[in-house]
Amino acid sequence: MDKPLETDKRPLLQVRDLRIGATAYPPGEPPRKIEIVKGVSFDLERGKVLGLIGESGAGKSTIGLAALAYGRGGVKITGGRVLLDGEDILGLGRRGIRGVRGTRVCYVSQSAAASFNPAHRLMDQVIEATLRHGLATADEARARAVRLFGLLGLPEPETFGNRFPHQVSGGQLQRAMTAMALCPEPELIVFDEPTTALDVTTQIDVLAAIKSAIEQTGTAALYITHDLAVVAQVADDIMVLRHGETVEHADTRKIIENPDEDYTRDLVNVRAVRHTEAAEQSDRFFEMAGINAAYGPTPVLHDVSLHVPRGQTLAIVGESGSGKSTLARVATGLLAPNTGDVRFDGETLPPQLKHRTREQLRRMQMIYQMADTAMNPRQTVGQIIGRPLRFYEGLRGAGQRRRVGELLDQIEMGQGFIDRYPAELSGGQKQRVAIARALAAKPDLIICDEPTSALDPLVADGILKLLTGLQRERGLSYIFITHDIAIVRAIADSVAVMHRGRLVRFGPKSGALSPPFDAYTDLLLKSVPEMRLGWLEEVLSTRQIESADN
Amino acid sequence: MKQTLRSIPVSAWIGMAGITVAVICALFAPWLAPYGENQIVGDPWAPSSAEYLLGLDNLGRDLLSRLIYGARTTLFVAFVSTVLAFSLGSFLSFAAAAMRGPVDVGLSRINDLLMSIPTLIFALIVLSALPQNMTVLILVMAVLDATRVFRLGRALALDLSTMDFVEAARLRGEGTLWIIFREILPNALTPLLAEFGLRLAFAVLFISTLSFLGLGIQPPTADWGGMVKDNKDGIIFGVSAALVPGAAIAVLTVSINLVVDWLLKRTSSLKGGRGDG
Repeated sequence: MDKPLETDKRPLLQVRDLRIGATAYPPGEPPRKIEIVKGVSFDLERGKVLGLIGESGAGKSTIGLAALAYGRGGVKITGGRVLLDGEDILGLGRRGIRGVRGTRVCYVSQSAAASFNPAHRLMDQVIEATLRHGLATADEARARAVRLFGLLGLPEPETFGNRFPHQVSGGQLQRAMTAMALCPEPELIVFDEPTTALDVTTQIDVLAAIKSAIEQTGTAALYITHDLAVVAQVADDIMVLRHGETVEHADTRKIIENPDEDYTRDLVNVRAVRHTEAAEQSDRFFEMAGINAAYGPTPVLHDVSLHVPRGQTLAIVGESGSGKSTLARVATGLLAPNTGDVRFDGETLPPQLKHRTREQLRRMQMIYQMADTAMNPRQTVGQIIGRPLRFYEGLRGAGQRRRVGELLDQIEMGQGFIDRYPAELSGGQKQRVAIARALAAKPDLIICDEPTSALDPLVADGILKLLTGLQRERGLSYIFITHDIAIVRAIADSVAVMHRGRLVRFGPKSGALSPPFDAYTDLLLKSVPEMRLGWLEEVLSTRQIESADN
Repeated sequence: MKQTLRSIPVSAWIGMAGITVAVICALFAPWLAPYGENQIVGDPWAPSSAEYLLGLDNLGRDLLSRLIYGARTTLFVAFVSTVLAFSLGSFLSFAAAAMRGPVDVGLSRINDLLMSIPTLIFALIVLSALPQNMTVLILVMAVLDATRVFRLGRALALDLSTMDFVEAARLRGEGTLWIIFREILPNALTPLLAEFGLRLAFAVLFISTLSFLGLGIQPPTADWGGMVKDNKDGIIFGVSAALVPGAAIAVLTVSINLVVDWLLKRTSSLKGGRGDG
């Protein structure tokens, strides 16, 4: 035991030399023990917020769960101490820990949609832990929940709890989950990427709600995220983690404005890719004119017209459900439009995929968001990249293998990967292989459907550099679908903003992303977190419209 | 490799041992059996002795020898019909899932139609109308079993065909055959393999049932279901001859199921399911 301090001065949470291990099962090798967290220590005082930040695999979620003395899926806490108010919760045993979880320490997970039981009303789930632990009577708990709903900015707080999870939006559900965590009036809440799965326009509301709720209830919080700009808005201190070790731990202002470590500086300065837009954009190399499309009776696209000049990048932005992926399906022929034409290099393409010629298909390739599912897990890298070579050029045997090797060099991976399976690659490597597969067809246009949104910022940056480099070398045109304005600024020549199936803005980047804005573009642009303190407050006070979510 | 061998549960080893014994009997029947398949060696229903380990059957033939020859027939018919059922069922189901539209609707409704008729009754009617030989028997069993495979295969393939890599192949312009055999089949193989074991067990039971009812393997060829039928009257006189082939059917079915259980558990953990660990 540490020397007993005066209760009010003692930090709420003290983590000392925390070590967490797991067993890894690398394909084709015997299982071995690995250490996920290698001796991390920190203090968290009452009412303060500590941000844990790092790429995937940095161990940040694992540390967050350790604050509840919990190890997820085979993960074991192997050493160190987690002191909650001076008491080591790792030694409490099953019964003892139950008195901590859900009463003194609560947890908010990334995917609220997956964490709520769809068969029960929100209210019953929000007050469940409070009732089970006997912290309040049902009426008190309900009153508390209603107050929290109001505090978190949920619509109609009195009746909100009567709804089922499917009757509210993703952002509202995330806030309901925060209410659930706050309801037992815990001393500490662990937020595990609470806004990562949300659109930027929704993220900002949830972020503001979480921030004001923390301030008003005086709860301490661990805020886990991979987005430094987000955590900078809510945290008092930030701890940067990498490979299970602390890189840097300081107050937020110091991390953002004057970091000591190179790695932190990389995180702050991510998006080093810069692309100045082309001056001449009248070329209609690829064009979609007057597209109306529907899934069955549900109209999705309304009169969308846009074009991409040869060798340039068109970024299509919008939140989920805005129709941007559907536009890609129309372009590729997977969904035939009801009206409108798709023209490519002077010829009008048949609306349906099966009527397009092999040559037409070859010239337009696609890169997907999830590289995991975009590649057949039973084929090697060589087979995946080799197939388009064989299919379009009839290249086989040694010639094909040589070309695959060249393509692997171009995506900066090297020929050693040719006989690997996708499962043996990292997320960034998988996306690179997907790019090589598209390149193998020697296309003129590549449609990229959020190719970096599932990747860590630094890895994503590498992919963007690769794509822009390839564009310069080969004169490729890109249609780049994304919800990330920072990426648009980095790589686009022209921008199309989609909202509810309509094109609200289209034109050269400089024009489209500068005022005067229509209301939606304004909201979208202002919702992108900026890497500075006070951004959140500033934005909330100057917005033209509320997000669609409310 | 050692690690993977050690991770196989005891029950699966027992199952594999049972299957191995049956397969060895089937392959080397003429060398293993002490007497001929239809050789009459003594009095009907003679009890077991040092000479005749399991005793004699209703015509005085050695039960052990017939059991060993019977393994050959039973396993052969069950195995061939199951292989045919899988080839037919999975190909058609993958085609239905890959092409969708009218092909899918047509095949699925025909399948529903076949499945709506009780299997045994359907087999009995067809077999009594058609010439009774092994080829017809195997084909009828294969078609009936293929309906079950079709259901599973279509569900698997529908899941797979919505994956981005199948869409990528489609965008490349690949034909349906490539999508079926190169994109879908390799990913559906493991769950299908587990189902194969299960169907094999059912086929053993089915062929035995048909033989017992007199529409399966025709005498004097030995097969386990037929042997139960031949000796069933002995039970009235306290002769246990009918129980021996019955027990063989039970042991083989249980053995196959033990192995399948293990395979199913493995595939569910491969698919990222939490299993029950």
